[in-house]
Amino acid sequence: MAGNNGAKRNGLRVIGKPFPKVDAKVKCTGELKYADDLALPRMLHTKLLRSPVPHARIVKIDASKAEAYPGVKAVLLGKDLPITFGALPVSEDENALAIDRVRMVGDPVAAIAAVDEDVATEALDLIEVEYEPLRVITSIQDAFAHPEPRIHEYGEFGNIHRRQVYEFGDVETGFAEADFVREDITFYEGSTHLALEQHASLAQFSHDGKLTLWTSTQDMHYLHRHLAKVLGLPASHIRVIATPNGGGFGGKCDPFNHEIAVSKLAMITGHPVKICLTREEVFYAHRGRHPVLMSTKTGYKKDGSMTAMHHRTILDGGAYGGHGVASTFYTGILQPTTYKLPHYRFEAVRVFTNKAPCGPKRGHGTPQPRWAQEIQLDRIADHLGLDPAEMRKAHAVPPNSITANWIRIGSLALGKCIDKVVEGSGWKEKFRKLPHGKGIGIACSAYMTGTQTPIYWNKLPHSGVQLKLDRSGGVCVFCGSVEIGQGSDSILAYVVAEVLGIDPFDIRVVTGDTDLTPVDLGSYSSRVTLMTGNAAKQAAERAREILRQAVSEKLEVPGSRLVFADRRVFDIENPEKGMSFVDAVWLAEEKFGTLGTTGSYKPPAAPGKYKGSTIGPSPAFSCTAAVAEVEVNPETGIVTVPKIWIAHDIGQSINPVLAVGQIEGCVYMGLGEALMEEMTYRGNVNLVHKFPSFLEYKSPTTHEMCDVITYLVEEPDSNGPFGAKEAGQGPQLPVPPAIANAIYDAVGVRIDEIPITPDKVLKAIRAKAKGQEGRCGPTVFPTCEMPPPIFVRTPFEGGDGKAVEREPELSRK
Amino acid sequence: MKPIKKKTKAKLEKAHIRLRVNGEQVEVAFAPHKTLLEVLREDLRLTGTKHGCELGECGCCAVLVDGSPVLSCLALGVALEGHEVTTVEGMTDGTKLHPLQEAFAELGAAQCGYCTPGILLTAKVLLEKVPRPSRDEIKEALGGNICRCTGYIKIYEAVELAAARLTGEKAEPAEESIYGWQ
Repeated sequence: MAGNNGAKRNGLRVIGKPFPKVDAKVKCTGELKYADDLALPRMLHTKLLRSPVPHARIVKIDASKAEAYPGVKAVLLGKDLPITFGALPVSEDENALAIDRVRMVGDPVAAIAAVDEDVATEALDLIEVEYEPLRVITSIQDAFAHPEPRIHEYGEFGNIHRRQVYEFGDVETGFAEADFVREDITFYEGSTHLALEQHASLAQFSHDGKLTLWTSTQDMHYLHRHLAKVLGLPASHIRVIATPNGGGFGGKCDPFNHEIAVSKLAMITGHPVKICLTREEVFYAHRGRHPVLMSTKTGYKKDGSMTAMHHRTILDGGAYGGHGVASTFYTGILQPTTYKLPHYRFEAVRVFTNKAPCGPKRGHGTPQPRWAQEIQLDRIADHLGLDPAEMRKAHAVPPNSITANWIRIGSLALGKCIDKVVEGSGWKEKFRKLPHGKGIGIACSAYMTGTQTPIYWNKLPHSGVQLKLDRSGGVCVFCGSVEIGQGSDSILAYVVAEVLGIDPFDIRVVTGDTDLTPVDLGSYSSRVTLMTGNAAKQAAERAREILRQAVSEKLEVPGSRLVFADRRVFDIENPEKGMSFVDAVWLAEEKFGTLGTTGSYKPPAAPGKYKGSTIGPSPAFSCTAAVAEVEVNPETGIVTVPKIWIAHDIGQSINPVLAVGQIEGCVYMGLGEALMEEMTYRGNVNLVHKFPSFLEYKSPTTHEMCDVITYLVEEPDSNGPFGAKEAGQGPQLPVPPAIANAIYDAVGVRIDEIPITPDKVLKAIRAKAKGQEGRCGPTVFPTCEMPPPIFVRTPFEGGDGKAVEREPELSRK
Repeated sequence: MKPIKKKTKAKLEKAHIRLRVNGEQVEVAFAPHKTLLEVLREDLRLTGTKHGCELGECGCCAVLVDGSPVLSCLALGVALEGHEVTTVEGMTDGTKLHPLQEAFAELGAAQCGYCTPGILLTAKVLLEKVPRPSRDEIKEALGGNICRCTGYIKIYEAVELAAARLTGEKAEPAEESIYGWQ
């Protein structure tokens, strides 16, 4: 049994135990119904006509032939759904169907509902669209160079969607204190989620005026609000059922045009209407990792401590806003949460381009800056002659501290994580000692467990749970969370079972249904275990109090002596004296009437008070250290990764086998991004996706996946349920930079661009052989006009968390 | 009801075939261009078989035809006349799960569960041919099945656990698979 297992230490019976997931068996038998598995009588099928051009005005659109085609029941055009929507209130820039302008290849312009998919597909060809091409904005450089035509009429100016500038403490003072300063320019290519399940939705509009939408969404609650707005229905007349997702990874967070289209078509036709995107269409839906160009200038002392960082990022956002404004913050705002950083300036720009829109993918905006800092730290350690593992450990953010940008850190055992992977990998025997072509590298990270702020401003709970207990002894948990494979349904059962002393499989879990379940904000930002766990714990504790009162009275035992365990309620001093859990529920129902409790959770307020300070703070931070071993073939540039050691501070694992599974999944996705995954486009004119298919979009198969040695470090956080923190996103962050650092150890070249494909490695090796710098990566960082920073004094210099007017002498420096 | 006068003898457009599915003889009629995947999911309502690309690239839709793995999205329904098809629904023995299904559930080898049916069936064939496969043999057999959740590790471990149990061992998962390494 695990020596570091907190559950054993705390005498917990369910938490920390490797129970199967509550839905494990139905997932292994084909019983579980995903969205496309659903079918209703009279159901119609929808296909979307998509733009073949990246940027154009729609001059004319004629759907009359399609409407007349036998089997077609309805055709929708942009004008039928004029209200805009979008994931964030600050960038509601999408129409379900393009009205007068298409902004990317794949933008939908019409939707057809027909008796079957074949008829719908045939009818697509009958819609005539005349496009007037506009200049295509292909890249960051293009967006900077061409303010016209604007892809959107809002944003900063030209094709600049968003600019953010923050300075925490005077960064020039920090650079002046440094022994050395270095600046590195790096690039992290975009990638997509590639969840196995293609997005699917089924809408039904009944004659009582109520709409039901079954859909593969991670964020049912937000979608519910968008549907109400765009369709002009009261939210109370709309029921969204989030079907179990066949993988999400952030790709099913946004409200999608196809979800709105089938809802509207159901309202028009009176038939149930279904859509399932093709794999190619899923690439257009995208919302994946932003390509980010970064410049990271860091001042450091001889001991490897940092005195200041000036970190600049430019995000290629694609055609729409989506979650992009939040993504922009995340390319810098968590930079000070891993290592001590007294002065920090962060500048970010997001541009619009005529490509599929980017958004949240596992780690949302943070893998890119983490990559930039971790490969720079490797250079710094090399320059100073320090061991990069020891240097990281020496300067790790201490627990229970506040960062320069006013993010409160609770428990954080980064040092322990580093020790684990250093020891496990045999780091000291291998680093700089392996033969040419073999190498080892380290990187670390910290990540949030849920965001402190909901997507739209409100003071309501982030997560709600209702608990129903009835005389049969049955316990049912209702929660608006969405099961995307991470085990969120199981977390609810484990937490309630632990509190009530019953078996998790005694409990029925109902989730993801806006009619039945109280609001939970959704499966994003690693928030679910902490927030639904806390809400479930509160609801269960309230239920336990009700049962305790009833049993205490009946047995004439003080309530404080009653224990709930092994499906019984009994006197701890005389365990024979007690009753079954079922009898306790019966008794309580007799005494109090019908039983039900609720629980809710809202994160604590963050100490920062400046504009934008709500992005970044989290109830708890996890942290991770990873060591990668690589083999590089100097002749071909091919990199293989045999093994990765990874240690993750999870606070307390609610279920270790699921936690280990999340971490292994993070290693996998990090490996894919590091070596092969790229969302790229063909040509600079028509901007067609290079390879919108599973075969050509390279992702790791069993042949590329490495061995993984996972260590769970459990440093409980007082804000987490039973001390739990996240595990689903953070562990991905250190994987790509650990691999890049290992490549340097193997062949002495720096690849400053993700993915690290063989051509880049070879280029760097050849450059080095010619006596040039052994490096492959960007060399130029374009600039645009930036506003003055929001200046905030750090906690270290006695700031109060508010933005201040900068003193003139400081700004002159 | 008056009989309808047939003016011309309209040709029925659907193909009509007989095959065995999960041990049962079935008759099914469908548009002749439909793939086996579509026939299974839409006409026989066996939705346990999933699809991730419908182009033969991801391995999600693997089923067994006469005992061998076949990508059902690349097989035409009409070609299955007289053949024996096994889907994930056919892996259980009544209410009893196949040892592979048990091991996958036990080790969290199914996270979102979407690639799981294809992997289970592919692994079943592997274990029929190679009762105690090495890790490399498992990787080779599952090389065509993409999983985006697990990193395959728990899948290997589950296949190994099931293999041990199927060959009569009273095997339990390794401590490291469950609690991580110490």
